[in-house]
Amino acid sequence: MTKQRKIAYLLNAVGVVVIFALLMALFAAGVFGTSTTYIQGICTTACYTVIMVASLNLVVGFMGEFSLGHAGFVSVGAYVSAIVSGALAGKGLSDLGLFLVAILAGGLAAGIMGVLVGIPALRLRGDYLAIVTMAFAEIIRVCFCNFSITGGGKTLSGILKLSTFPRAFWVMVVCVTFMYMFVRSKFGRTVQAIREDYIAASAAGINVTFYKVLTFAVSSFFAGIGGAIYAHYMTAMIPTNFNFNYSAELLSEVIIGGTGSLTGSIIGAVFLSALPEAMRQFATYRMLCYSVVLVLVMLFRPGGIFGRWEFSLTRVLGRLTHRRETAKKGA
Amino acid sequence: MAATKTPVLRCQHLGIQFGGLKAVDDFNLEIGESELVGLIGPNGAGKTTVFNLITGVYKPTEGSFYLNGVQMNGKKTHKIVHAGIARTFQNIRLFKKMTVIDNVKAAMLRELHYGMPQAILRTPKFWREEQAITERAKQLLAVVHLQGKENLEADNLPYGEQRRLEIARALATDMKLLLLDEPAAGMNPTETEELLEIIDYIRDEFKISVLLIEHDMSLVMKICERIQVLDFGTTIAAGTPEEVANSPKVIEAYLGKDNEVVEGI
Repeated sequence: MTKQRKIAYLLNAVGVVVIFALLMALFAAGVFGTSTTYIQGICTTACYTVIMVASLNLVVGFMGEFSLGHAGFVSVGAYVSAIVSGALAGKGLSDLGLFLVAILAGGLAAGIMGVLVGIPALRLRGDYLAIVTMAFAEIIRVCFCNFSITGGGKTLSGILKLSTFPRAFWVMVVCVTFMYMFVRSKFGRTVQAIREDYIAASAAGINVTFYKVLTFAVSSFFAGIGGAIYAHYMTAMIPTNFNFNYSAELLSEVIIGGTGSLTGSIIGAVFLSALPEAMRQFATYRMLCYSVVLVLVMLFRPGGIFGRWEFSLTRVLGRLTHRRETAKKGA
Repeated sequence: MAATKTPVLRCQHLGIQFGGLKAVDDFNLEIGESELVGLIGPNGAGKTTVFNLITGVYKPTEGSFYLNGVQMNGKKTHKIVHAGIARTFQNIRLFKKMTVIDNVKAAMLRELHYGMPQAILRTPKFWREEQAITERAKQLLAVVHLQGKENLEADNLPYGEQRRLEIARALATDMKLLLLDEPAAGMNPTETEELLEIIDYIRDEFKISVLLIEHDMSLVMKICERIQVLDFGTTIAAGTPEEVANSPKVIEAYLGKDNEVVEGI
């Protein structure tokens, strides 16, 4: 069992490296010709969208609470990291160091914000919580529109272009691994118990408020990291980027991918961030398409495309070895 | 019961008022070690409210209760569970979309001391502790005769097994006092029989006390050492099953004034 698990971990790592090498090789070989930079950009976008969507899935899928304010946390991460990297630029840090410090600062700021919002807001449930989180995101947006340090209502530009594709990719890998480990531990189990029945959860000795706030903070932390990569990729941003539409977009990606499946979030986010680029000429109809897809998913797969299904190499390996064993027995 | 020993649970003048309604009034009860006490009464008598008071779902407006001599009122539910009171619910409340074993493991949170860094890095401590609770969860599932069903979704269990899983989950909290809210409701006689065996077994094996709400009179009379009867929030009788069965007040509460049928209970 443990040996199998080790093999699975190793294979997962190898798989990730292979995907990365493949993409890098494609870029280096110039397969995409003149649009290489453009494709690379889409891949970077996909990476930070994956982080944002997966982190939102912690709250929506695993904790079972509706949050309509994820863009708020993303923007906190984006602005704080932009300010930090701006302040530390030229202080002797390497680009990579600066990038890591900036995204960590963004993540931490968003995480702290998650705790602050979570403590009062998570007393509420369902629709009420959704309204409060939405209001929070709006408040944040209005604040950023008025603080001079965030550029006021104008564009905050001149952010260093630190988010290259390799960096974004590896940060994504680390973040998703963290979230996966979080979900597959006592934390995930506890939070799922709270989702299923919070009264029974407290009767099982679970401190419901604590674990809800903790999960909310972890989710915000990763949202902040996603935002930080975003900021250093876009190099310019305006608070209205993080409006309700953005939260709704992230939420619909979670729901389409599958609430409670990180695999679904990854595939959903990659697909949905590549799709609008591929169909640029229909950009006006993007939100329309989203709504239609969302309605269709809700009708035919209420749990999202992947539901709660999670890709697991251990399981695949187990099944393969099992099949081989039964085949041997049969022979 | 040895009077000198501190009772496991002691309720003193416990009461709660919702607006003008006294749902429970002047509730007194002592449960000794390994004792099995029944709490009965007609519908709406306040039995489940007593459970909700003892488990911290409601805060008592009067009186107080003690677990092993420690005052517990005003504490939050999870704190009370940690202190040693666990319950099951009248309308089953399982973590439906989780596996049977995860239902039990969710209640073992306190046995896991690893922090988030250890969980994320999957340190040996993580594996060791997870392994330990998996083992214990399996043992507890065997106690309630659910071995071999560890990886089923809790929602897919038949009714009687769901009730037993709730008991296993309560056991997982490592409690001293188990509150069972109508554990036999909706069970057929065979299932009830099995349940009784389980209750007997866990009482001996884990040295716990049980407070039981039940409507099935034959069951209550058979297994409870003492019975307390509630009606309209007040205690109308308390004592051994025989005493209670013959108490005119109880007969009146259950059957009205005419007491001819009582012998049949």
